[in-house]
Amino acid sequence: MKRLCLIAVTALLLPGLASAEELTGTLKKIKESGTISIGNRESSVPFSYLDDAGKPIGFAMDICAAVADAVKAKLGLEKLDVKYTAVTSSTRIPLIANGTIDLECGSTTNNAERQKQVSFTNTHYLTASAFVSKKANNLTKIDDLKGKTVVSTAGTTNMKQLVEANAARNLGINVLSAKDHAAAFLMVETDRADAFVMDDVLLASLAASSKDPAAYQLSTEAFSKPEPYGIMIPKDDPAFKAVVDQATADLYKSPKMTDLYNKWFLSPIPPKNLNLNVPMSAALKKAFANPTDSPDPAAY
Amino acid sequence: MNYHWNWGIFWEMSPEGTGTYFDMLLAGLWWTLATSALAWIIAFSVGSVVGVLRTLRSGWVVMACNAYVELFRNIPILVQLFLWYFVLPEVLPAEMGRWLKTMPNAAFWTGSIGIGLFMSARVAEQVKAGLQALPRGQWMAGTALGLTTAQTYRYILLPTAFRIILPPLTSEMLNTVKNSSVALTIGLMELTAQTRAMQEFSFQVFEAFTAATILYLIVNAVVTLAMRWVEKMAAVPGYTTGH
Repeated sequence: MKRLCLIAVTALLLPGLASAEELTGTLKKIKESGTISIGNRESSVPFSYLDDAGKPIGFAMDICAAVADAVKAKLGLEKLDVKYTAVTSSTRIPLIANGTIDLECGSTTNNAERQKQVSFTNTHYLTASAFVSKKANNLTKIDDLKGKTVVSTAGTTNMKQLVEANAARNLGINVLSAKDHAAAFLMVETDRADAFVMDDVLLASLAASSKDPAAYQLSTEAFSKPEPYGIMIPKDDPAFKAVVDQATADLYKSPKMTDLYNKWFLSPIPPKNLNLNVPMSAALKKAFANPTDSPDPAAY
Repeated sequence: MNYHWNWGIFWEMSPEGTGTYFDMLLAGLWWTLATSALAWIIAFSVGSVVGVLRTLRSGWVVMACNAYVELFRNIPILVQLFLWYFVLPEVLPAEMGRWLKTMPNAAFWTGSIGIGLFMSARVAEQVKAGLQALPRGQWMAGTALGLTTAQTYRYILLPTAFRIILPPLTSEMLNTVKNSSVALTIGLMELTAQTRAMQEFSFQVFEAFTAATILYLIVNAVVTLAMRWVEKMAAVPGYTTGH
């Protein structure tokens, strides 16, 4: 009986061992579990957010769906379950590090500092630091902020750029921190702050979804060169990165990418059917034609 | 786990350009201490007064103070801070609202007062419990000696009541320090907020939160030891309480 069991177990294990031989890390885990775990954000409009039904949708989610299809084809799986895990800016790194999620699809800035901890696939968006303010205050240039109260979200590169510009240009700005983008925007809405410094695309979506979108305007001057957003993947997993890089590069270079961009940035999107109306920049067009995962803003 | 440890991160320059990451955490610790200290002063003084009033024999005073305690301890501290910071300036007359919004260090003052009032409800409960734990004979003895109500509280009831509730008051003090982290929701860059900022900049989550854990433990260990010392100093020889 014992021997029979042993033979049965060996027979079951052998084919598995043979085909999983070359696979390591994330790909192996996906193949064995038949599941790919995608980390989504809850309010990163239009990249990754929840619709009325609580289902994660967005520009980055569509890209990740294409990645999941590519992984499925690569592994020759008949069926691949996609599991969604909501992440926040605090939980995304530990969840990538401990393997709870395989991809983080949202609006995470790709920079050299962060690449020591995680990897990024090809850039899917480029955004510069700008500020939003009430039209009535007539603030359009960085120098207009002289002596004003300006808020940014704690722990963002935008905060760093605001502090630097304040010191370099001797503006005497009263800098406030906010816990998250929503709280920072609320400070502008309630006149606690005159302006909010953030990635321009996020400001556009915050203003568009506010009570009175016409009351706000974006600055014409930016604090920085556009910085890349990337889909975050585990570090030191070259096999998985190669598959994801190939999948995103194929998608970005195809005409489907223009449709995808238009769907999220130039058409009404759920849940309020608002149109962000942000045309594709020349730099982003270039980044889609020649996909790259470079963290350096100068490379775009 | 696929994590790149880097304990040297604390000595690297933070991108804010004002010093190292460790300096960032220390700046946060300073705000945590300042907020906790001011909040505790408010909590202890307001809480003591409300607690005493609740043991008086005056129906409407007791009712008003009970309402105060129930209001402040039954609304989550997170919601209270949000109301103080974002809603209060909008319901006040425009001039006062503007003054509140443009006040320097608004997050610190709002946070300290908000947390102080929240904790004062809990202190009031402790003070009331301490007073009620005393035998009724003490009150009667005071009256028999011809002391006024104020004198009875000052010389007889409060000295023993506060000795009884010193251990729970220590817990409330520790809670005040921990609750100060909630002020990050209104933009106060205290220890937890700086830890989160450090994590966002460096992506070294575990190192940042380990440091914060240790700093909180040290602060609260100091509070606990100091209160033990106070208990020892305040002990009346031959009079044991709470046994």
